[in-house]
Amino acid sequence: MSKAVVKEHPLKEKLVSSFMAFEETIDVDSPVHDIRIEALKTFEDKGFPSKREEAWKYTSLNAILKHDYTVFPKVDASLDYSKVRDYFVHDMDSYKIVFVDGKYSSHLSQTTHEGIDVCLMSSALTKPKYQLIIQRYFNKTAAKDGLSSLNTAFSNEGAYIHIPKNKVVEKPIQIIHFATGNEAALMLQPRNLIVAEENSYVQIIERHQSLTDHPVLTNSVTEIFANKRAIVDYYKLQNDKEGASLIDNTYVEQKQESVARIHTFSFGGKLTRNNLNFYQNGERIDSTLKGITIIGNKQHVDHHTLVHHIEPNCESHQDYKGIYGDAATGVFNGKVIVEKEAQKTNAFQANNNVLLSDKASINTKPQLEIFADDVKCSHGCTIGQLDESAMFYLRSRGIPEKEAKALLMYAFGNNVLNSVKIPELKQRITKLIAEKLGVNIGFDL
Amino acid sequence: MLKINDLHASVEDKAILRGINIEVKPGEVHAIMGPNGSGKSTLASVIAGKEEYEVDSGEILLDGENIDELSAEERAHKGIFMSFQYPVEIPGVSVTNFMKTAINETRKAQGLEEMPANEMLKLIRQKSELLDIDRKFLSRSLNEGFSGGEKKRNEIFQMAMLEPKLAILDETDSGLDIDALRIVANGVNKLRSKDNAVIVITHYQRLLDYIVPDYVHVLYEGRIVKSGTKELAHELEAKGYDWIKEEIKVS
Repeated sequence: MSKAVVKEHPLKEKLVSSFMAFEETIDVDSPVHDIRIEALKTFEDKGFPSKREEAWKYTSLNAILKHDYTVFPKVDASLDYSKVRDYFVHDMDSYKIVFVDGKYSSHLSQTTHEGIDVCLMSSALTKPKYQLIIQRYFNKTAAKDGLSSLNTAFSNEGAYIHIPKNKVVEKPIQIIHFATGNEAALMLQPRNLIVAEENSYVQIIERHQSLTDHPVLTNSVTEIFANKRAIVDYYKLQNDKEGASLIDNTYVEQKQESVARIHTFSFGGKLTRNNLNFYQNGERIDSTLKGITIIGNKQHVDHHTLVHHIEPNCESHQDYKGIYGDAATGVFNGKVIVEKEAQKTNAFQANNNVLLSDKASINTKPQLEIFADDVKCSHGCTIGQLDESAMFYLRSRGIPEKEAKALLMYAFGNNVLNSVKIPELKQRITKLIAEKLGVNIGFDL
Repeated sequence: MLKINDLHASVEDKAILRGINIEVKPGEVHAIMGPNGSGKSTLASVIAGKEEYEVDSGEILLDGENIDELSAEERAHKGIFMSFQYPVEIPGVSVTNFMKTAINETRKAQGLEEMPANEMLKLIRQKSELLDIDRKFLSRSLNEGFSGGEKKRNEIFQMAMLEPKLAILDETDSGLDIDALRIVANGVNKLRSKDNAVIVITHYQRLLDYIVPDYVHVLYEGRIVKSGTKELAHELEAKGYDWIKEEIKVS
């Protein structure tokens, strides 16, 4: 019997063959490197997902994987703060970890080791003082699928945040990855690790921003650990250029009585895939997953969420709103697993969508797997158009059609926006929404 | 101010208004009465510019200008206001935010600057007192979970804020208890002046005890079949609409 010869994907070949060059730039003696080698094997084995897989049925990566991406940018790009200031939430005091084309930018950043560690993954992976944390947490929640494994294989740089026990971090932390595209097409694979120890509190804003019209592909992995009674508020602001695509793989592991809230604002980019996974390892855990998606043109946003209820008396709240114009396409797949032991689980899921044009579409699918018998699980999804009678009501009061539409759409996303806890960020998002809807009105008051 | 000449209008090819003629002058109050399905609400919606209604012939003139081609918001900017029979619930938009947007968009259209925030708040306070509206009510989502009376009071509050030239009250009395009716009517009366006009659309005469009309018109099968003074309303209340239907049959 002869094995069929499968032609490998050129980008896969390129990535695999560049691994040796990558090894020359890192510490191959660290224990982490064994994890990388293992992950590379997994990627070689599994490769990129295809539409034949159920989880990728409505999102094809073909168009974005065909580019000849530079996987290790050779030129060190530097950026003037004045040119990128707008991508920061700049009217507040914050820590910043900023990368340009995958490399740390010290002059745009503001890291710290005072009481907390807000610094670089590359130093955390190599310096002995972080070794225990790395051993305990690094790659412990990330799935062993093709894309996460690919990121793990090349994991070296990103944000490392460690909040010790009982520490409340007042200032939000901003993680920003810029892509300058000085070299034609660029692929980035940032790796973030966030550990909030017992009874600590931290707020994080994450953004991936391309500054070029060249194609940019980011395959990011973020692992978040919320230990006993810790609270983590995490905001993802996705408003990228038309040529930029993002595959965001985020894994959240929670211990008892912890709270983790992730808000995802998807306002642009060619293709955005959010794989957001929550694992509840403890009782009385609260997990919140919320998002607003507003896209147009031929943009595509796919939210794949998973909440795994493992122990009793936990809650999860999912609320995703989508507004799709032009020929934009959306996907929402919300999976909730309630294990047999996870009695008294309270799981809520909602996905509401508005289609503004005949060519826009959304595929929405709740996926509940419930093995416990004493639980409260609800889910609902709606797809609709803007309410004509509401439109006439607003217009009859002198509010023009465009503004009336915007007001209704803003109102539609309002309860997601209301749970944003950083006022400056909330204001920024409000402004972005007005911008996306093409109006100049202040929604607040 | 408002002159309607031989207006024919339809919705989904079904003729509803079949030749309406009416003239409203500044300072006047006109009541339009009639049995259910006679076209009263359609007339209000057509004047306000609801797009589902097609004007087939005739004209609506506001201060001599034909407004047929104007959008609902443009008519609002020119001073037309309709109080809705069924105000729409809009979750997520507060009454205050809604009013602020409406006033500023109207001012923008009239080439005026936006109203300063403190002036806006003062105006809101003043007008909400006029309608006996609790301040807390103003930060609630527009009409969401409002009682019937609260919705109607909120409509008149909006009218007070926007100070229209021509206000059309579409069945504002329906669903109101006597106290709410008095508050609403009192609000409307306080807003009356020699420069503005009111059209009161109602099925019953009871609102007209409080908002006293100069003229009463009876609408039946898409036409104004009888006009008179406020005594006509009393007659209708006493005798019902059947005698009018009979009169029409005879003629």
